[in-house]
Amino acid sequence: MVIPRLALRNVLGAGLRTWLKVVVLSFVFVVIIWAQGFINGLNEQAEQAQVAAEYGGGQYWHEKYDPYDPFTLQDAHGRIAEPLQQFIDDNQATPILIVQGSIYPKGRLRPILIKGIDPSQRIISLPSHVLHLEEEDLPVLIGSRMAKSTGLQVGDFVTVQWRDVRGTFDALDAQVVYIMSTTVQSIDNNQIWVPLKKLQMMTSMEDEATLAVIDKNMENPQNISGWTFKNLDFLLSDIRQLAKVKTFGSMIIYVILLFLSMLAIFDTQILSIFRRRKEMGTLMALGLTRGKLILLFTLEGVLQGILAAIMAAIYGVPLLLYSAAKGWTMPQITDSMGLAIGETLFPVFTAELIIGTFALVLIITTIVSYIPTRKISNLKPTDALRGSLS
Amino acid sequence: MENGYLIKTENLVKTYPMGYGSLVALNRVNLAFQKGEFAGLVGPSGSGKTTLLNIIGSLDVPTEGSTMVLGEKIESLSHKKAAHLRNQHIGFIFQTFNLLPVYTVFENVEFPLLLLGMPAEERKNTVMKALEWVHLADRAKSKPAQLSGGESQRVAIARAIVKEPEIMLADEPTANLDAENSHNILQIMERLNKELSTTFIFATHDEKVMHYLRRKITLVDGAVAKDEILKPQQGGGEN
Ligand SMILES: Nc1ncnc2c1ncn2[C@@H]1O[C@H](COP(=O)(O)OP(=O)(O)OP(=O)(O)O)[C@@H](O)[C@H]1O
Ligand SMILES: [Mg+2]
Repeated sequence: MVIPRLALRNVLGAGLRTWLKVVVLSFVFVVIIWAQGFINGLNEQAEQAQVAAEYGGGQYWHEKYDPYDPFTLQDAHGRIAEPLQQFIDDNQATPILIVQGSIYPKGRLRPILIKGIDPSQRIISLPSHVLHLEEEDLPVLIGSRMAKSTGLQVGDFVTVQWRDVRGTFDALDAQVVYIMSTTVQSIDNNQIWVPLKKLQMMTSMEDEATLAVIDKNMENPQNISGWTFKNLDFLLSDIRQLAKVKTFGSMIIYVILLFLSMLAIFDTQILSIFRRRKEMGTLMALGLTRGKLILLFTLEGVLQGILAAIMAAIYGVPLLLYSAAKGWTMPQITDSMGLAIGETLFPVFTAELIIGTFALVLIITTIVSYIPTRKISNLKPTDALRGSLS
Repeated sequence: MENGYLIKTENLVKTYPMGYGSLVALNRVNLAFQKGEFAGLVGPSGSGKTTLLNIIGSLDVPTEGSTMVLGEKIESLSHKKAAHLRNQHIGFIFQTFNLLPVYTVFENVEFPLLLLGMPAEERKNTVMKALEWVHLADRAKSKPAQLSGGESQRVAIARAIVKEPEIMLADEPTANLDAENSHNILQIMERLNKELSTTFIFATHDEKVMHYLRRKITLVDGAVAKDEILKPQQGGGEN
């Protein structure tokens, strides 16, 4: 136990030099955890928004429905099965019918999906109630991205074209009744929302649907003949995958940050082994073995990492708690970056993240502290005492 | 000790490679020291004084020949064993004091005892006793930077003597000190020699040191040119 004690004495005794390094390193700790916490929060929030606005407690898909294959969409609809209808009647599910079609904003053709939804549904947060306005022939709800890309505004009329169940083209002038601002792109891009009953009539698909979203409190949904239940794990796998890719991208910044701070430790470690040669010679003359000398100098580096962790905890914990409680009001630009987030972002700091960061930084600090000390292992005491290089 | 000698060198040769040839720092040195000696290595600069002290102190190994110190053959000691020998039995005093700058006076003196694993209470008493020897008990909490040269060297003496080693090796201990401080530390060392029978070997140019020596060994070009007894050995020792 003598060596750790001496190491601590040396580190604390070195004063300002030590504290500068410790401050920088603690800053790296806090920045990494803070930034990663925000990315976690971002992902979690995006997931929650997606669940609230689109997935609910999961979805029953018509057996032919495949969102990645638009050509199958034509057949991906069917009469709602009896057990499913029961859920709908019990307000535990809401059906959605999806049909391919086109709109002609400013006279230009634009292929879209027409989605029919029950205006009185309460299963998902999509503001379908605006479609209650019966005076319109075909009231339409669109998202703000869609509005931006088509130039449509509330009150505008736009021609909607679709094919009915027999494949016959038909068209109608629809009126935009509401533009919803949502962070969930998959209920926004390239689609319009209309009242379900109206869409069923237009396409002669009475009582049919493509999928049904179930309430998030519904327990243990079973497959229904002709309808496959897709749980949240399945539905969210894409967005989770995307989050992973984004997280990986942000890792590069940490690697650079870590690398820079490690370079600082490495550099001072080399410098101190170079400068403290005479001290090493003295310690050897006093009877310290090379092995213990290496341990001493390595521990000094490691202790800086530990002190940094302690310091990071002292000012980092309140900072992180504060930002977790207060969140961060995001500027508008994040939307154009394609991040699906709310206006205020709440970071999420998991134990895994915090312990992982500390472990990572400490491991790297140890390695970086150790490598330069290997030079000591062939240092001659006489050379060291003279303070010269060998 | 073997043949009553604390230290005995036999045909000690130390050469350093130099260009195409080699530089002879020690040339067949045969010397023996008994317990309680107060001896000095003198001679011109580059004559091999420091080299010889370093070999005796197990900090260096000879190219040829052998060195027995306290019954151990220095050349064949492992690095670890040599460190242990230094820690327990040999005290070093350097021209430049070599105090550990971040430690206090107390901590500097305490260091060898920490390595020896002495319990805290005993350690404290022993350190204070050593500091009293050099009249610095009241400066225990000072840092080396706050000490004068003379005080620094006295701390170094306390650090070397604290473990009560058999052998003290002092390389130019007075070279950075004024006359008054030089005499002061030499008197301390003389007293330690008398009261603890510690063997002192100096390497020095300093005339002041020579006045205290009881044996003077003159090195020239790495060889012993003269080996004189100036005063009788202390304590009626075995000559
Ligand atoms: N590591 C080394 N490499 C090469 N030559 C060395 C080395 N150490 C000492 N020497 C040479 O060995 C010789 C003896 O050196 P040493 O230091 O023992 O002399 P010294 O008597 O202590 O001199 P001084 O009175 O100046 O301290 C010198 O010529 C010196 O240059
Ligand atoms: Mg010398």
